Amino acid sequence: MADDTDQRLKLKLVRGFSVNVPHNKALGLEIVEIEPHEALFKLPYDEKLVGNPDTGVIHGGAITALLDAASGAAVFASLVNIVPIATLDLRIDYLRPAEAGQAVLAKATCYKMTRNVAFTRAVAYHDDPDDPIAHSVGTFMVSTKLGTVKS
Amino acid sequence: MTLLERLTAAKQAGDYQGLFDAIPYAKFLGLSAAMHGDELITTMRYTEDLIGNPALPALHGGTLGALLESAAIFELLWRAETVVLPKTITVTIDYLRSGAPLDTHARGVITRQGRRISNVRIEAWQGDRSAPVASAHGIFLVMRG
Repeated sequence: MADDTDQRLKLKLVRGFSVNVPHNKALGLEIVEIEPHEALFKLPYDEKLVGNPDTGVIHGGAITALLDAASGAAVFASLVNIVPIATLDLRIDYLRPAEAGQAVLAKATCYKMTRNVAFTRAVAYHDDPDDPIAHSVGTFMVSTKLGTVKS
Repeated sequence: MTLLERLTAAKQAGDYQGLFDAIPYAKFLGLSAAMHGDELITTMRYTEDLIGNPALPALHGGTLGALLESAAIFELLWRAETVVLPKTITVTIDYLRSGAPLDTHARGVITRQGRRISNVRIEAWQGDRSAPVASAHGIFLVMRG
Protein backbone atom coordinates (compact mmCIF):
# COMPACT_ATOMS: atom_id res chain seq x y z
CA MET A 1 0.00 0.00 0.00
CA ALA A 2 2.77 2.41 0.92
CA ASP A 3 4.37 1.71 -2.45
CA ASP A 4 1.15 2.59 -4.24
CA THR A 5 0.93 5.88 -2.38
CA ASP A 6 4.57 6.67 -3.13
CA GLN A 7 3.96 5.89 -6.78
CA ARG A 8 0.91 8.14 -6.95
CA LEU A 9 2.76 10.96 -5.22
CA LYS A 10 5.67 10.60 -7.60
CA LEU A 11 3.45 10.70 -10.69
CA LYS A 12 1.72 13.77 -9.26
CA LEU A 13 5.13 15.37 -8.78
CA VAL A 14 6.08 14.61 -12.41
CA ARG A 15 2.84 16.22 -13.54
CA GLY A 16 3.58 19.28 -11.37
CA PHE A 17 7.08 19.63 -12.88
CA SER A 18 5.80 19.43 -16.44
CA VAL A 19 2.93 21.85 -15.90
CA ASN A 20 5.29 24.51 -14.56
CA VAL A 21 7.80 24.38 -17.42
CA PRO A 22 7.58 27.86 -19.01
CA HIS A 23 8.01 26.63 -22.59
CA ASN A 24 5.35 23.94 -22.11
CA LYS A 25 3.02 26.75 -20.98
CA ALA A 26 3.99 28.91 -23.97
CA LEU A 27 3.17 26.01 -26.31
CA GLY A 28 -0.11 25.38 -24.49
CA LEU A 29 0.91 21.76 -23.74
CA GLU A 30 -1.58 19.73 -21.74
CA ILE A 31 -0.70 16.66 -19.72
CA VAL A 32 -3.35 14.07 -20.46
CA GLU A 33 -1.92 11.14 -18.52
CA ILE A 34 1.17 10.14 -16.60
CA GLU A 35 1.63 6.50 -15.68
CA PRO A 36 4.67 4.48 -14.67
CA HIS A 37 7.08 4.60 -17.66
CA GLU A 38 4.57 6.48 -19.84
CA ALA A 39 3.35 9.97 -20.58
CA LEU A 40 0.59 11.23 -22.87
CA PHE A 41 0.81 14.93 -23.78
CA LYS A 42 -1.47 17.04 -25.95
CA LEU A 43 -0.52 20.02 -28.09
CA PRO A 44 -3.71 21.94 -28.95
CA TYR A 45 -3.79 23.53 -32.38
CA ASP A 46 -2.77 27.18 -32.33
CA GLU A 47 -2.11 29.56 -35.23
CA LYS A 48 1.08 30.86 -33.60
CA LEU A 49 2.63 27.40 -34.13
CA VAL A 50 1.96 27.28 -37.87
CA GLY A 51 4.95 26.49 -40.10
CA ASN A 52 3.22 26.94 -43.44
CA PRO A 53 0.55 29.66 -43.56
CA ASP A 54 -0.78 28.30 -46.90
CA THR A 55 -1.79 24.99 -45.37
CA GLY A 56 -2.11 25.96 -41.69
CA VAL A 57 0.01 22.93 -40.74
CA ILE A 58 2.00 23.37 -37.53
CA HIS A 59 5.80 23.56 -37.66
CA GLY A 60 7.92 20.47 -37.09
CA GLY A 61 9.71 22.33 -34.31
CA ALA A 62 6.53 22.37 -32.21
CA ILE A 63 6.23 18.59 -32.68
CA THR A 64 9.89 18.25 -31.62
CA ALA A 65 9.19 20.20 -28.42
CA LEU A 66 6.08 18.07 -27.75
CA LEU A 67 7.99 14.78 -28.22
CA ASP A 68 10.92 16.03 -26.12
CA ALA A 69 8.61 17.09 -23.27
CA ALA A 70 6.59 13.85 -23.31
CA SER A 71 9.76 11.71 -23.49
CA GLY A 72 11.32 13.56 -20.54
CA ALA A 73 8.13 13.06 -18.49
CA ALA A 74 8.16 9.33 -19.33
CA VAL A 75 11.73 9.15 -17.94
CA PHE A 76 10.69 10.99 -14.77
CA ALA A 77 7.77 8.57 -14.45
CA SER A 78 10.26 5.67 -14.50
CA LEU A 79 12.63 6.93 -11.82
CA VAL A 80 12.58 5.40 -8.36
CA ASN A 81 13.58 8.77 -6.92
CA ILE A 82 13.08 12.02 -8.77
CA VAL A 83 16.52 13.24 -9.87
CA PRO A 84 17.51 15.72 -12.57
CA ILE A 85 17.70 14.37 -16.12
CA ALA A 86 19.14 15.78 -19.34
CA THR A 87 18.36 14.86 -22.95
CA LEU A 88 21.41 13.34 -24.63
CA ASP A 89 19.90 12.92 -28.06
CA LEU A 90 16.58 12.83 -29.80
CA ARG A 91 15.89 11.54 -33.29
CA ILE A 92 12.60 12.48 -34.90
CA ASP A 93 11.23 10.89 -38.06
CA TYR A 94 8.48 12.89 -39.74
CA LEU A 95 6.13 10.35 -41.27
CA ARG A 96 3.36 12.55 -42.62
CA PRO A 97 2.20 16.16 -42.25
CA ALA A 98 -0.03 17.06 -39.32
CA GLU A 99 -3.51 18.25 -40.25
CA ALA A 100 -4.45 21.90 -39.80
CA GLY A 101 -6.81 22.70 -36.97
CA GLN A 102 -6.24 19.45 -35.09
CA ALA A 103 -4.52 18.86 -31.76
CA VAL A 104 -1.46 16.59 -31.75
CA LEU A 105 -1.03 13.94 -29.06
CA ALA A 106 2.30 12.43 -28.06
CA LYS A 107 2.59 9.13 -26.27
CA ALA A 108 6.06 8.51 -24.87
CA THR A 109 7.44 5.38 -23.24
CA CYS A 110 10.63 4.96 -21.27
CA TYR A 111 11.37 1.39 -22.37
CA LYS A 112 14.71 0.94 -20.64
CA MET A 113 16.23 2.47 -17.54
CA THR A 114 19.82 1.92 -16.48
CA ARG A 115 21.89 3.47 -13.72
CA ASN A 116 23.04 6.32 -15.95
CA VAL A 117 20.93 6.37 -19.07
CA ALA A 118 17.23 6.13 -19.93
CA PHE A 119 15.93 5.15 -23.38
CA THR A 120 12.65 6.44 -24.79
CA ARG A 121 10.42 6.13 -27.81
CA ALA A 122 7.41 8.23 -28.67
CA VAL A 123 4.79 8.73 -31.36
CA ALA A 124 2.91 11.90 -32.28
CA TYR A 125 -0.57 11.44 -33.78
CA HIS A 126 -4.04 12.96 -34.10
CA ASP A 127 -6.46 10.13 -33.25
CA ASP A 128 -4.72 6.85 -33.89
CA PRO A 129 -1.25 5.99 -32.57
CA ASP A 130 -1.01 3.45 -35.40
CA ASP A 131 -1.25 6.29 -37.93
CA PRO A 132 1.54 8.51 -36.57
CA ILE A 133 2.66 11.96 -37.72
CA ALA A 134 6.10 11.52 -36.21
CA HIS A 135 8.12 8.94 -34.32
CA SER A 136 11.04 9.62 -32.03
CA VAL A 137 13.68 7.79 -30.05
CA GLY A 138 15.72 9.47 -27.36
CA THR A 139 18.34 8.91 -24.71
CA PHE A 140 18.52 10.78 -21.43
CA MET A 141 21.28 11.13 -18.85
CA VAL A 142 19.83 10.20 -15.48
CA SER A 143 20.96 12.20 -12.50
CA THR A 144 22.92 15.14 -13.73
CA LYS A 145 25.41 16.83 -11.41
CA LEU A 146 22.60 18.25 -9.26
CA GLY A 147 21.52 14.85 -8.00
CA THR A 148 22.41 11.21 -7.56
CA VAL A 149 20.59 7.97 -8.28
CA LYS A 150 19.97 5.46 -5.52
CA SER A 151 20.80 2.05 -6.89
CA MET B 1 0.93 35.58 -52.02
CA THR B 2 1.68 31.98 -51.18
CA LEU B 3 4.47 31.15 -48.76
CA LEU B 4 6.66 30.03 -51.64
CA GLU B 5 6.10 33.34 -53.46
CA ARG B 6 6.90 35.29 -50.30
CA LEU B 7 10.05 33.27 -49.76
CA THR B 8 11.11 33.71 -53.39
CA ALA B 9 10.52 37.48 -53.18
CA ALA B 10 12.44 37.73 -49.89
CA LYS B 11 15.33 35.81 -51.39
CA GLN B 12 15.45 37.94 -54.54
CA ALA B 13 15.46 41.08 -52.39
CA GLY B 14 18.24 39.68 -50.18
CA ASP B 15 15.85 39.99 -47.26
CA TYR B 16 16.88 37.23 -44.84
CA GLN B 17 14.39 38.35 -42.23
CA GLY B 18 11.62 38.10 -44.82
CA LEU B 19 12.12 34.33 -44.79
CA PHE B 20 11.20 34.26 -41.12
CA ASP B 21 8.42 36.80 -41.09
CA ALA B 22 6.38 34.56 -43.40
CA ILE B 23 6.32 31.78 -40.79
CA PRO B 24 4.24 32.25 -37.59
CA TYR B 25 6.20 29.61 -35.61
CA ALA B 26 9.50 31.40 -36.36
CA LYS B 27 8.01 34.52 -34.77
CA PHE B 28 6.78 32.49 -31.79
CA LEU B 29 10.35 31.27 -31.19
CA GLY B 30 11.82 34.75 -31.74
CA LEU B 31 14.00 33.76 -34.70
CA SER B 32 15.94 36.25 -36.77
CA ALA B 33 18.61 35.88 -39.41
CA ALA B 34 21.67 37.79 -40.52
CA MET B 35 24.52 37.29 -42.92
CA HIS B 36 27.96 37.24 -41.26
CA GLY B 37 30.49 37.12 -44.07
CA ASP B 38 29.13 34.31 -46.22
CA GLU B 39 27.40 32.56 -43.33
CA LEU B 40 23.66 32.76 -42.77
CA ILE B 41 23.28 32.74 -39.00
CA THR B 42 19.93 32.17 -37.31
CA THR B 43 19.42 33.62 -33.85
CA MET B 44 16.80 32.66 -31.25
CA ARG B 45 16.35 35.63 -28.94
CA TYR B 46 16.10 34.66 -25.29
CA THR B 47 12.80 35.05 -23.50
CA GLU B 48 11.55 33.30 -20.38
CA ASP B 49 9.06 31.42 -22.55
CA LEU B 50 11.94 29.29 -23.91
CA ILE B 51 12.85 27.83 -20.51
CA GLY B 52 12.48 24.08 -19.97
CA ASN B 53 14.10 23.80 -16.55
CA PRO B 54 13.41 26.78 -14.29
CA ALA B 55 15.69 25.43 -11.52
CA LEU B 56 18.94 25.68 -13.51
CA PRO B 57 17.63 27.63 -15.51
CA ALA B 58 18.04 25.98 -18.93
CA LEU B 59 16.40 26.27 -22.33
CA HIS B 60 13.79 23.65 -23.29
CA GLY B 61 15.32 20.96 -25.50
CA GLY B 62 12.47 21.41 -27.94
CA THR B 63 13.39 25.05 -28.55
CA LEU B 64 16.98 24.08 -29.41
CA GLY B 65 15.71 21.31 -31.70
CA ALA B 66 13.37 23.73 -33.43
CA LEU B 67 16.16 26.31 -33.84
CA LEU B 68 18.50 23.70 -35.38
CA GLU B 69 15.82 22.42 -37.75
CA SER B 70 14.84 25.97 -38.75
CA ALA B 71 18.47 26.95 -39.40
CA ALA B 72 18.80 23.93 -41.70
CA ILE B 73 15.63 24.81 -43.60
CA PHE B 74 16.67 28.45 -44.00
CA GLU B 75 20.11 27.40 -45.23
CA LEU B 76 18.41 25.16 -47.83
CA LEU B 77 16.01 27.94 -48.87
CA TRP B 78 18.86 30.40 -49.10
CA ARG B 79 21.35 28.31 -51.05
CA ALA B 80 18.99 26.52 -53.43
CA GLU B 81 18.72 27.86 -56.96
CA THR B 82 14.97 27.40 -57.11
CA VAL B 83 13.00 27.91 -53.95
CA VAL B 84 11.21 24.76 -52.86
CA LEU B 85 9.88 24.12 -49.38
CA PRO B 86 12.15 21.52 -47.82
CA LYS B 87 10.28 18.80 -45.94
CA THR B 88 12.03 17.33 -42.94
CA ILE B 89 12.34 13.55 -43.21
CA THR B 90 14.41 13.00 -40.09
CA VAL B 91 16.47 15.07 -37.70
CA THR B 92 18.78 13.85 -34.92
CA ILE B 93 19.69 16.28 -32.20
CA ASP B 94 22.66 15.89 -29.87
CA TYR B 95 22.33 17.92 -26.69
CA LEU B 96 25.87 18.83 -25.68
CA ARG B 97 25.48 21.39 -22.90
CA SER B 98 22.57 22.85 -21.04
CA GLY B 99 21.32 25.96 -22.83
CA ALA B 100 21.84 29.04 -20.68
CA PRO B 101 19.16 31.76 -20.58
CA LEU B 102 20.88 33.64 -23.43
CA ASP B 103 20.45 34.27 -27.15
CA THR B 104 21.34 31.15 -29.15
CA HIS B 105 22.81 31.14 -32.66
CA ALA B 106 22.78 28.38 -35.25
CA ARG B 107 24.23 27.68 -38.64
CA GLY B 108 23.52 24.87 -41.06
CA VAL B 109 26.00 23.45 -43.56
CA ILE B 110 24.70 21.47 -46.52
CA THR B 111 26.82 18.34 -46.68
CA ARG B 112 25.10 16.90 -49.71
CA GLN B 113 22.68 18.43 -52.15
CA GLY B 114 20.97 15.80 -54.25
CA ARG B 115 18.15 16.00 -56.73
CA ARG B 116 15.60 14.88 -54.17
CA ILE B 117 17.43 14.72 -50.86
CA SER B 118 19.61 17.21 -48.98
CA ASN B 119 21.73 16.39 -45.95
CA VAL B 120 22.47 19.21 -43.51
CA ARG B 121 24.61 19.44 -40.38
CA ILE B 122 23.77 22.17 -37.89
CA GLU B 123 25.43 23.58 -34.79
CA ALA B 124 24.00 25.88 -32.14
CA TRP B 125 26.07 27.98 -29.76
CA GLN B 126 25.73 30.83 -27.29
CA GLY B 127 28.73 32.92 -26.16
CA ASP B 128 31.49 30.63 -27.37
CA ARG B 129 31.10 29.16 -30.83
CA SER B 130 33.74 26.50 -30.11
CA ALA B 131 31.55 25.16 -27.27
CA PRO B 132 28.25 24.35 -29.02
CA VAL B 133 25.15 23.72 -26.86
CA ALA B 134 23.62 21.36 -29.43
CA SER B 135 24.25 19.93 -32.85
CA ALA B 136 22.07 18.05 -35.29
CA HIS B 137 21.96 16.43 -38.65
CA GLY B 138 18.89 16.41 -40.77
CA ILE B 139 17.71 14.83 -44.01
CA PHE B 140 15.29 16.84 -46.10
CA LEU B 141 13.11 16.15 -49.13
CA VAL B 142 13.62 18.99 -51.58
CA MET B 143 11.36 18.37 -54.55
CA ARG B 144 9.12 20.79 -56.33
CA GLY B 145 5.41 20.29 -55.86
